[in-house]
Amino acid sequence: MSDGFEIQYPGNALGNAAPAPATPRNVPNRGGEQNASGAALREQFADAIERVDVVWGVTNVYVRPERVLDIVRWLHDDSTQRYDYLSDVTAVEYRDLEAPIEVVWHLRSLPFRRELRLKTQLPKNKPLEIASVWSIYKGADWLERECFDMFGIRFIGHPDLRRILMWEQYREGFPLRKDFPLRGRFSRAEQLRQALAANPEARYSMEELSIADAFEDLPTDMRKRLKGGERTGE
Amino acid sequence: MGLTPRPDHRVVEYNPSSQEGWVATKLDFLVNWGRANSLWPMPFGTACCAIEFMATAASRFDLARFGMERMSFSPRQADVLICAGRVPFKLAPVIRRIWQQMPQPKWAIAMGACASSGNIFDNYAVVQGIDTIIPVDVYVPGCPPRPEGLMYGIMMLQEKVKRERMNDKTIRAEMEPDPKSKLYIPPPVIDELSEPFGNSVHQTRSGL
Repeated sequence: MSDGFEIQYPGNALGNAAPAPATPRNVPNRGGEQNASGAALREQFADAIERVDVVWGVTNVYVRPERVLDIVRWLHDDSTQRYDYLSDVTAVEYRDLEAPIEVVWHLRSLPFRRELRLKTQLPKNKPLEIASVWSIYKGADWLERECFDMFGIRFIGHPDLRRILMWEQYREGFPLRKDFPLRGRFSRAEQLRQALAANPEARYSMEELSIADAFEDLPTDMRKRLKGGERTGE
Repeated sequence: MGLTPRPDHRVVEYNPSSQEGWVATKLDFLVNWGRANSLWPMPFGTACCAIEFMATAASRFDLARFGMERMSFSPRQADVLICAGRVPFKLAPVIRRIWQQMPQPKWAIAMGACASSGNIFDNYAVVQGIDTIIPVDVYVPGCPPRPEGLMYGIMMLQEKVKRERMNDKTIRAEMEPDPKSKLYIPPPVIDELSEPFGNSVHQTRSGL
């Protein structure tokens, strides 16, 4: 990765064997042709792969949570896989209260034109923690922040894990969890009071604004706010 | 509303018992005529209503006929705040700040169902009508309203502007909620009153 930069054209690792890109038709709900990476993962990480299945033409690989970082790193670095694009990091909570929360990574290999869905299950009776893939894909930064904001899953190793959609002082919990009421936990009046109490001009820290050098040139009130470490002015 | 004949604004009614003289009423007429026909909008477009608003401003419907062709993207030069779209709680302090930055005289139009009442977004993230944050003069229904609907709302606002009187001191008063006032409704009572409304009444709430 670090030695030189090479432009990847979609499918260029397949050479002449690359099929022309086409919209898949008549894709079965379950079953169908499995992604070659599924078998490769079984060979490489036999003890970490729980099961592999194909849903709507996309291969799902269920892996053990403690090995996620190794597996993603191998998928990214190995010359036969080259998953160089992370489409999405998200989570699923099922209506069944006993069912574990799933964290999902959507990986795309541009050179091989492959799509892989990596899933891991986090039981609810333990702290929801999983390794961050930020060290491999820098684009995981905001995806993991959103996942943390909505589900409360902590990504260990993330450089700046805080809320991204809701404001940072949001106290009502994690909105996409099944135990979260649709209207929120607080009354409308209380929600409005808390929202209006936020200072819209003080949402960013000094590091985010990259203004540490120009600190002396800032207005007095802003300097005072930033010096106090204020972020949202509540 | 649309069935009543429009009052003739070329005629200034004179009530001898009021303290308004001929000069004051004529001046009112002149000032209101000027204001009503040069309302500069501050567009606060957050959703699909903003697309209809843009269509209203474009050549086919031509907002310039109402003297509104100059979109004021600075609140300091704006007369009417047109909130087009839903406002999440994260934007609530922003729209309040924009309203406070607008100089008097100022008016507000809540365009569309979301800005007026929250619409179907009766959830944890969306403000249930911007009238909980700022005073609103005209509500335009629709999801989103057609440009004709917005223009009808604008014409209603013009009617309202033309009826203003200079010696009416209350119309320019900016009031913060005062807990000592007899008109003040405490937040829990507002919640109680608003409880039957909304489309997800079976949702549970806890605390507060």
